[in-house]
Amino acid sequence: MKADDSHIDKNSPPMILEMRGITKSFPGVTANDNVNLELFKGEVLALLGENGAGKSSLMNVLVGLYRPDAGDIYVNGKKVHIHSPKDSMELGIGMVHQNFKLVDTMTVAENVILGEQEQRFAPKMKEVSTRIREISDHYGLNVAPDCYISELSVGERQRVEILKLIYRGAEILILDEPTAVLTPQESQDLYKTIRQMTSEGKSAIFITHKMDEVIRFSDWVRVLKKGKLAAVKRTADTTPTELARLMVGREVLFNIEKDEFKPGDTILQLKNVELKGSDGIKLLDNLNFEIRSGEILGIAGVAGNGQVELTEIITGLRTIDSGSILLNERDRTNKSPIEMIKSGVSHIPSDRVAMGIVGDMSVANNLAMKGYREKPIIRGGILRRARILDLAKRMISVFKISTPSTNTHVKFLSGGNIQKTILAREIDACGDLLVAAYPSRGLDVGATEAVRTEIVKQRDAGRAVLLVSEDLDELVSISDRIAVMFEGKIIGLVDSNTEHEKIGLMMAGIK
Amino acid sequence: MRIHFEKRKTYSAKASVLTPVISFLVSLILTAVMLAAVKINPAEVYAAMFRGAFGTWRDFSETLVKAIPLILTSLGVATAFKLKFWNIGAEGQLVLGGIGASWVALFASAWLPPAILLPAAIIVGAVAGSVWAGVPALLKVKLGVDETLTTLMLNYVAIIAYDGIYTGPWRDPDGFGFPGSAMFPEAAWLPRLTGRTHAGLIFALIIAAVLWFAFYKTKWGFELQMIGNNKKAARVLGVNIGRNIIIALLISGAISGIAGACEVTGIARRLQQGLSLGYGYTAIIIAWMSRLNPAVCIPVSIIMAGLLVGGDSVQIMMGVPSAMGQVMQGMILFPMLAGSIFSEYRLRLSRDSAATAAPTEGGLA
Repeated sequence: MKADDSHIDKNSPPMILEMRGITKSFPGVTANDNVNLELFKGEVLALLGENGAGKSSLMNVLVGLYRPDAGDIYVNGKKVHIHSPKDSMELGIGMVHQNFKLVDTMTVAENVILGEQEQRFAPKMKEVSTRIREISDHYGLNVAPDCYISELSVGERQRVEILKLIYRGAEILILDEPTAVLTPQESQDLYKTIRQMTSEGKSAIFITHKMDEVIRFSDWVRVLKKGKLAAVKRTADTTPTELARLMVGREVLFNIEKDEFKPGDTILQLKNVELKGSDGIKLLDNLNFEIRSGEILGIAGVAGNGQVELTEIITGLRTIDSGSILLNERDRTNKSPIEMIKSGVSHIPSDRVAMGIVGDMSVANNLAMKGYREKPIIRGGILRRARILDLAKRMISVFKISTPSTNTHVKFLSGGNIQKTILAREIDACGDLLVAAYPSRGLDVGATEAVRTEIVKQRDAGRAVLLVSEDLDELVSISDRIAVMFEGKIIGLVDSNTEHEKIGLMMAGIK
Repeated sequence: MRIHFEKRKTYSAKASVLTPVISFLVSLILTAVMLAAVKINPAEVYAAMFRGAFGTWRDFSETLVKAIPLILTSLGVATAFKLKFWNIGAEGQLVLGGIGASWVALFASAWLPPAILLPAAIIVGAVAGSVWAGVPALLKVKLGVDETLTTLMLNYVAIIAYDGIYTGPWRDPDGFGFPGSAMFPEAAWLPRLTGRTHAGLIFALIIAAVLWFAFYKTKWGFELQMIGNNKKAARVLGVNIGRNIIIALLISGAISGIAGACEVTGIARRLQQGLSLGYGYTAIIIAWMSRLNPAVCIPVSIIMAGLLVGGDSVQIMMGVPSAMGQVMQGMILFPMLAGSIFSEYRLRLSRDSAATAAPTEGGLA
């Protein structure tokens, strides 16, 4: 599908924003590759795409947080240069980020005027409050100016962010994954607010990967895939199935050799597992599944639907509120991380640098961080340096970790080699179950293949593997079965040869 | 020409050794500027300080007297800092150690055999220091209370309690109104090695050696290092963080407590004003300069003690305030903190492109 201008109708409302040929690269990745964007007055544009498709970076270019390598931006037909969020705000463009930019210890009114230009030394808070009430009533935001941010719920905070932008005169509102943190009722209210705004000639762009949101909220859809614009569609002329196909697409698969699927005994079993967040919302909702020896169970889903929590309850990092976790038919519910490690669970954590390594310690020490508790590395509480080095040298050669020396601090290695370090350590210490969260995220082709091959090897050796990934191609190519998670539930458990589109739809909450 | 930072490919061992040394030199220069500003010859002051601290065997012995509590408290501080637990309460832990040891020396001599009076005093001092550090550790682990505040505030509690004790309930009734406790019985005196240098030096050296071994050679040290550098990863890897914090802090407080116990039983041999000269605070600088290496804490403590003793002697000989030594100690910290960047980054000089440089030169000509 080619993205051209032929879709523009003569009766379209005037174009208020245009981004032309935006290219933005970071070391090793092109986040945006020659992307065009058009926004019409009084309309809502949805930016759809998988994680890492370049949606957020495109919007960060628009609000001046990133400087594009190439491309131009036009507002109301005039070329503009946006160097900072302040510039974009002056042009009437404001963004509600996923992580709100609010000061907890200040009131709504104080947050609204915080950082405003031409601020008086002593702001007239009464006038500010009155104006906030007016906006709040008009758009149905239901925000009290004198509340402290720390007292507000996530949904209320989001409304404060929106109010702040309207207060400052935003004509174009950008919302990054706005409903990810909202209850269905709150999403409905947000929808009304946006409709009220568009009816007054304001426009909105929202970043999302939820299909039903696209269909309900938007007039136009732009699909981004791996940094490129994959499609431009009028919402009325498309279907969720088509969008899912455009978003997920197909890529050349690695050909990873895999033994025939011969599952053995049940290794891991979850029964009616439920986990609640601090606000009482169910992060994991009635999970029931099992993984057998020699099986890879892939967990598909858009980030933030409970996948990371799932890995954390199995590895002992979080305790569940009800249900049970069984490992080799032994009850292992709410055991500590060390107890899970001793039960034979290995873990490749979702955030490899923050959770998987100790950056300021050497590669050799990092490789020993599972084995240091046992002989032969330790004897009588004393570490044996020579044994640590032997182990490190062996792992470095087996897993082809590229490092200047065993003594190099691991944080100086590349992402791929950091991941190989973690993989080497975890696989060496692995008993029956390997839990891998986003193991190939952000890695180059070579490292990705090495990681996948290694995971398949564990399966072929008779281990059970739980693989969480946001890359459908990865899941399809190496898993035996795929469970799709949506809002903490397993919405579907399918064979790995199920079509992409079907899985893509389930990821968007459509069964 | 432009100067910019460039990330190194690996840590520079050279930079990590040079930074404290250069920081010390920079502090000498900065202090010299201050001295010169008030028309005092810095060279003379430094020479007098050096002579005062290291000139004669007797002077050096005085320097060692001050180095003992510095070594011990800096070891205590380093143990906590290994975990990035910011225990800045060594001062209070030292004072509590002093109170604990004094209690044994003053009141337990009636029923304790003389042979074990001194060991008991030191052990009780260690336990008292341990408790004083254990409270913030427990608060941190159980309730997430910020340790910087609790350890710091407990210093003032300890110091005021100490002042209250020797001027109040423990005051010597036969002391002619002099504020201070009675003299300890001789069985509770810590033996002296030379001059006023007491056997606390031996404790300091033994503890430094044990800690060095524990930090770098044992499973416990390995876990401390993991927690200190990445708490989250340590947890994922099965390390019990809360238990390690409490154990490390009990040890940290005990070492500072021993420092206090040695001060009271080795120097004044009674409770009186001025138990600590801010040793617990200087210990923070020392631990930092030593990069938390117990072996390095020893020479660094001796240098810092030299600044204190040298500062006193320039006051006597040249009328320069003795606080000069402490000013210099403080001055070391700033270049140290700024310099720590060099172990990970290096400076690079680069030329701007000739095209942009040329017009400027033309314009000047």
